[in-house]
Amino acid sequence: MTIALVTSQDTDAAIRVTSPLAVRGMTVSYGQTPAVFSVDLTLRAGAMTAIVGPNGAGKSTLLKAALGVIAPLAGSVTVFGQPMTQMRERIAYVPQRASVDWDYPVRVIDVVMMGMYTKLGLLGRVRHQHKALARDCLERVGMADFANRQIGQLSGGQQQRVFIARSLAQQANIYVLDEPFAGVDAATEKAIVAVLQGLRDAGKSVLAVHHDLATVPDYFDDVVLLNTQLVAAGPVAEVFNETNLQAAYGGRLTTARVDPESVAS
Amino acid sequence: MLADALLLQLGYNATLVTLGAALLGIAAGVAGTFLFLRKRALVSDAISHATLPGIGLAFVVMVAMGGEGRSLFGLLFGAGVSAALGLLCVQWLTRRTRLGEDAAIGAVLSVFFGAGVVILTVIQTMNAGRQAGLEGFLLGSTAGMLRNDATLLAVSAALVLALVLILRRPLGLAAFDPGYAEATGWSLHRIDLAMMGIVLVVTVVGLKVVGLILIVALLIVPAVTARFWTEQADHVVIIAGGVGGMSGYVGAAASAVAPALPTGPIIVLLGFAIFLFSLLFSPRRGVLASVLKHLRYQRRVHVRQGLLALANGQPIYEALTRRLLARSELILPDGVPTAQGQAAAAKALLDETRWAIVRGDQAYALAATRYDGLTPIEDVLTSDQLAEIDGKIASPQAVV
Repeated sequence: MTIALVTSQDTDAAIRVTSPLAVRGMTVSYGQTPAVFSVDLTLRAGAMTAIVGPNGAGKSTLLKAALGVIAPLAGSVTVFGQPMTQMRERIAYVPQRASVDWDYPVRVIDVVMMGMYTKLGLLGRVRHQHKALARDCLERVGMADFANRQIGQLSGGQQQRVFIARSLAQQANIYVLDEPFAGVDAATEKAIVAVLQGLRDAGKSVLAVHHDLATVPDYFDDVVLLNTQLVAAGPVAEVFNETNLQAAYGGRLTTARVDPESVAS
Repeated sequence: MLADALLLQLGYNATLVTLGAALLGIAAGVAGTFLFLRKRALVSDAISHATLPGIGLAFVVMVAMGGEGRSLFGLLFGAGVSAALGLLCVQWLTRRTRLGEDAAIGAVLSVFFGAGVVILTVIQTMNAGRQAGLEGFLLGSTAGMLRNDATLLAVSAALVLALVLILRRPLGLAAFDPGYAEATGWSLHRIDLAMMGIVLVVTVVGLKVVGLILIVALLIVPAVTARFWTEQADHVVIIAGGVGGMSGYVGAAASAVAPALPTGPIIVLLGFAIFLFSLLFSPRRGVLASVLKHLRYQRRVHVRQGLLALANGQPIYEALTRRLLARSELILPDGVPTAQGQAAAAKALLDETRWAIVRGDQAYALAATRYDGLTPIEDVLTSDQLAEIDGKIASPQAVV
């Protein structure tokens, strides 16, 4: 029994070394009700992975706990085998739009600069190359013309593009996005997908909470089905099927399919 | 007389008070900015009210140890300790219980202040020490300000400025996007504690000048005022420091001219005057500017609607629309369009038709987001794109 356990731990360690984000035994609860219960998750390097599941399935919670934004009740997170807290620089996080103070006095270009704060530290001077990188990142999401606008004056889709640009400025290996397509226009969705696929093709890993089941096979390589507990995870072709979706969404699957949000976007 | 005061010609004590108040104003304006941007301005009210029991207890302890109980540093130390205790209570209640921050602030503020009043009342019945002047901490009293007090203010102001300069990035990040701050490894809890620590320093050293009841105004009003003038956080910090410093300087000078007027409240009222001016007249976010902007927008909408009605041969019923069109000589007083009006109407109709195509075509989805019924389409699309769209207008059948 003991021997078997050691072996499996070794195997798991070997798996985790190659994974850009490996979550083990993650449980998060608000009060006494677990929002995420005992979830194991192993991202594949160089893949685009979607997390899908019904409302209240704990998708965002799982992301936030994995990145240390909220404290989990139990569980560990590793990035290429190292504890996540030591590897933060390699992860770029794009939070939900609703969690940000859009009236904050900041220009678009300064938001992108925030992606370099960890590198710059408290007092590191902003040099020419930093500004050039920020402008380049804005260019990549088609927002170069908006560099000097106040962030609150932009439309939802434009704000989301700026956030993507900020994550690009971080020059990370892993991109974690919380509902990047919620409330954005179709052109922005297309532009963001193109940028993310470009990252994937450059060998980076992408993990996104996604709402629109219809576009999962088009956009993503892997999918994680979540409903507080892990339902299934793996390549879209293997696990994104009726059985698993039924298991994740239960009776709500039909409603999920005609979700006005997903139809609109 | 006021000119003398502003030029620091009213004697040693008045000069000390004026400079001290200016330094406090700068420090408070700068320290309060991130508090305001983080939407936690009222925590400073809890901090300041929580100083009172510390002042009373420090006095009691100093008297018990055989002193007079009037050492300013001793009193301020006590104030700082109990303010920190109050702050930690607010933080703890907010983080660990289901109470919201507003409730936590209310509870801590009233309990600490109540305890402080009780302690001061007890002290007044004691025979020991020279308790006269303790109540000066409530509303500030600058009359007996010494060189030491001014030095303390100067050192604290320098400290606050240095800390804000060092911490400006995490402070800004925490206010704008706390989730991102946490995910990139800045501890939100520590950033908040640092911010509150800075505010605590300002509050404690400001007690003598404006008093614990009004110090909150000195922290918040300059930042709110500055927000009217800029869209960049670092500029808000600088302007808030300037506004705070100016209200401190001028307010203290004014109260030196009329010694019957209390310094602290005068400073606060002056800050409020600058706030009021900004609220009304700021070209960006001021009330006047937004009323004008709204009226201008309304007129553009009316003219546009009028022109489209003309182009479609519909009558115009709204008096405002007719008046606006007539004033621009687009229609004659009897409602008949002039040549100029006919041209403008045709242009408006063409614009709308082009926009309709753009908005119905996925290929132009990004351009379509710029549609507001007023923007000329030439501002959004290139002439090549316009030619392509015009092709679709000319041959609608070909599209289908």
